[in-house]
Amino acid sequence: MDRRAFLRSGLAGLPVGVLGVQQDSVARLFRPDLAGRPRNRITDYENDPFVVGIERRIRCTCGCNLDVYTCRTTDFTCTVSPALHQEVVALVEQDMTGEEILDAFVAQHGEAILMAPPKQGFNWAGYLLPGVVITLAGSVLGFALVRRSRAVAVVPAADPDATPFPGLSAEDVARLQAELANLDD
Amino acid sequence: MTTLGQLTLYALAALLAIASISLLTALIKSDFNVAYVAAYTSRNLPIAYKISAFYGGQSGSLLFWAVVLSFFAAAAQWLTPKRYAYLMPYVAAVTSVVVLFFVAATIFAANPFERLDFTPVDGRGLNPQLQNPGMVIHPPMLYLGYISITIPFAFAIAALASGRLDIGWLHAIRKWTITSWVFLSIGITLGMWWAYVELGWGGYWAWDPVENASFLPWLTMTAFLHSVMIQEKRGMLKRWNVALISLSFVLSIFGTFITRSGVISSVHSFTQSNVGYFFLVFLVLCIIGVGVLMWRRLSLLETDTHLESALSREASFFFNNLLLVGMAFSILWGTLFPIISELVRGTQVTVGPPFFNQVNIPIGLALLLLTGIGPLIAWRRASPGNLRRQFTIPVAISAATAAVIVGLGMRDVYAVMAIMFAAFVVAGIVQEFWRGAGARHRLHGEHYVLALARLVARNRRRYGGYIVHLGIVMYFVAFTGQAFKTEMEASLKPGEVAELRSPFGHTYTFTHIGVSQYEALNRFVSAASVRVRRDGEQVGILTSEKRQHVDSFKRPTFEPSTEAAIMYTLREDVYMVFAGSVAGTEEAVYRFTINPLVAWVWLGGFTLVLGGIVTLWPGGLPARRGPRRDEEAGYHASFEPAAKNEQQEPEPVGSGSGT
Repeated sequence: MDRRAFLRSGLAGLPVGVLGVQQDSVARLFRPDLAGRPRNRITDYENDPFVVGIERRIRCTCGCNLDVYTCRTTDFTCTVSPALHQEVVALVEQDMTGEEILDAFVAQHGEAILMAPPKQGFNWAGYLLPGVVITLAGSVLGFALVRRSRAVAVVPAADPDATPFPGLSAEDVARLQAELANLDD
Repeated sequence: MTTLGQLTLYALAALLAIASISLLTALIKSDFNVAYVAAYTSRNLPIAYKISAFYGGQSGSLLFWAVVLSFFAAAAQWLTPKRYAYLMPYVAAVTSVVVLFFVAATIFAANPFERLDFTPVDGRGLNPQLQNPGMVIHPPMLYLGYISITIPFAFAIAALASGRLDIGWLHAIRKWTITSWVFLSIGITLGMWWAYVELGWGGYWAWDPVENASFLPWLTMTAFLHSVMIQEKRGMLKRWNVALISLSFVLSIFGTFITRSGVISSVHSFTQSNVGYFFLVFLVLCIIGVGVLMWRRLSLLETDTHLESALSREASFFFNNLLLVGMAFSILWGTLFPIISELVRGTQVTVGPPFFNQVNIPIGLALLLLTGIGPLIAWRRASPGNLRRQFTIPVAISAATAAVIVGLGMRDVYAVMAIMFAAFVVAGIVQEFWRGAGARHRLHGEHYVLALARLVARNRRRYGGYIVHLGIVMYFVAFTGQAFKTEMEASLKPGEVAELRSPFGHTYTFTHIGVSQYEALNRFVSAASVRVRRDGEQVGILTSEKRQHVDSFKRPTFEPSTEAAIMYTLREDVYMVFAGSVAGTEEAVYRFTINPLVAWVWLGGFTLVLGGIVTLWPGGLPARRGPRRDEEAGYHASFEPAAKNEQQEPEPVGSGSGT
């Protein structure tokens, strides 16, 4: 029984490694309708770093929140990301630069098509506010810490010779302090 | 003696348990007259997923929340030592109000017991992506984390309402906060694992709003676990600690609001319903309530002592808190920015991973550095001797590591910094263990292994914390690997080969074997297999599946889902996805990904949880005579000029050590 006949018999599921491999012909699947959406052969554009780089900056509009590259290589039921990929490829074939392609997408779909807001106008607030807040708070905290630590005077005990551990001998105190320093420094 | 309030809480837990058992029975028995059962299960759904459908949908998960919270509330009453009895009526009141809210939302906005006018012969089934072992345990863990935050919050409100704002309430919630944090950590890590093995995109964190929502309370709880030590040891940060625990609770409700309201688009969201309004109102009421209570108790939240030096563990914890809360703010800001932009400019924008990575990577690196500094630097004031003694070896190891990885050709600045800081943290922790075990070896003559075990056993909070830090380092190392991920797509006929180089310099070849199709359980499977060779040597066969789920009449239910095939190694994962077949033939389209260091995410999660469990484990040091609940913690330093030779109050022995 050849592989095609075997698959058609519906008994597939045995380890495929035991079956013969025919490199010159490609068998049809037993139930192609249950193997997901039919796919096209992969072309050079699918793996082109330039195309992939652009697609990573464009959002798929199917509602998945993913970029076009991730969506088209993950959600194989989506029809939007493959279409957007074709649009990117078409623009690349027109020798447009990356920025020109992104601009074309923004012109067509609005700013929301980009995976991150463009660094302009009010969007700067999005990028800068967390850093500014943390830096300001850190500066205020650092300033307060330095100021306070200068102001605070830790007053020595009235009798500098008095041991803080009255029940212990000087030798035991020294040993205890050494061990404490060793553990809790 | 059991109070009426406590009895009521126990009765509430029992009644909600009966309601939950009723829903579970309907799910298991496939009672499709119940709309919820028909919407989320089918006859041929494996029983584990019928049970997990309990929290797989909007209304069931609200009931799940209510029942778990009622059990936590009852447990808090049952388990809290009697010396905190003065707080318990308030705790009962707060937890009851929160349970009431969830019960009200369940009854009035999303009732899981709603019946249909007819009984369908079969249900719709559970979303295939939820039919994964990770999804059986990930949501309950995350829920347990979210829900258990209510208990520390209730104690904080109890302390505010009763005016007893000494450290008693902090001692009462210590185990609850760590429990909650551990559950959140498990939930988040399992969520990452589920996303990695199930969603098929080869990553584990996408900065999705719902992912962010789970991360926010984790960050503030982490900040609290550090800042609480300052209050315990030094009597500082009282307001901050109350605010942090309240913020954690509010953020847990906010996360639920985001997941359920549909206000922000997310793939993880539940079906939209008016339950979002319930959460919004509750959220606002909580914020106002906490704000008013804090305002009224401001005078009782005065700090007892002040910082002595900017070079101290307290100061490093201040900055650690600043960065943790700052990161929470930046994530919240990024999550809400699309709404803010629409309000301000009337223009929608997308805030995706590029934004979050840009903003949060520097904060994360600073946090990693502080993770190393905090445990090494002395409390109160670090002397030059302390700094030399503690930091020389970690800094030297860190610098040597950086030199080696740069010498090996790593040029990504963030990656180099992450590995350098990771080496610093690990060296510091190893040094702590080494010195502690060495001290026991010298003092007690114990073997080093025994000394190490007893060292950890006698101070579980401190050394458990170090283990947690090791887990955090593993996460960071794993995150670094994402910068070097390589991937490609290929369409292969049987026998054809694709080749991909890994960042570690290996060459992987993938030989397409073929596609087989068969029925299994509640699905029809198309399985595509490749033989994998690394540098010419066969390392295994990977099989990725396309699953078409069907109901008990063999009718397709959902769109086909994809099961990724993963070959795990500590160094790099080989991740393969069967995208589909070309023209219905055995020619298969694949995506191959080499994912460096991903295994360290799971190891980090395991280590982190292990550390959390060590800190939680009962026993440890014999109880020290810490400050009583009606005493102030810490010692007092005055602002008097140094010349004035006044007597300083002695420092009481801190009730907790730790990092």
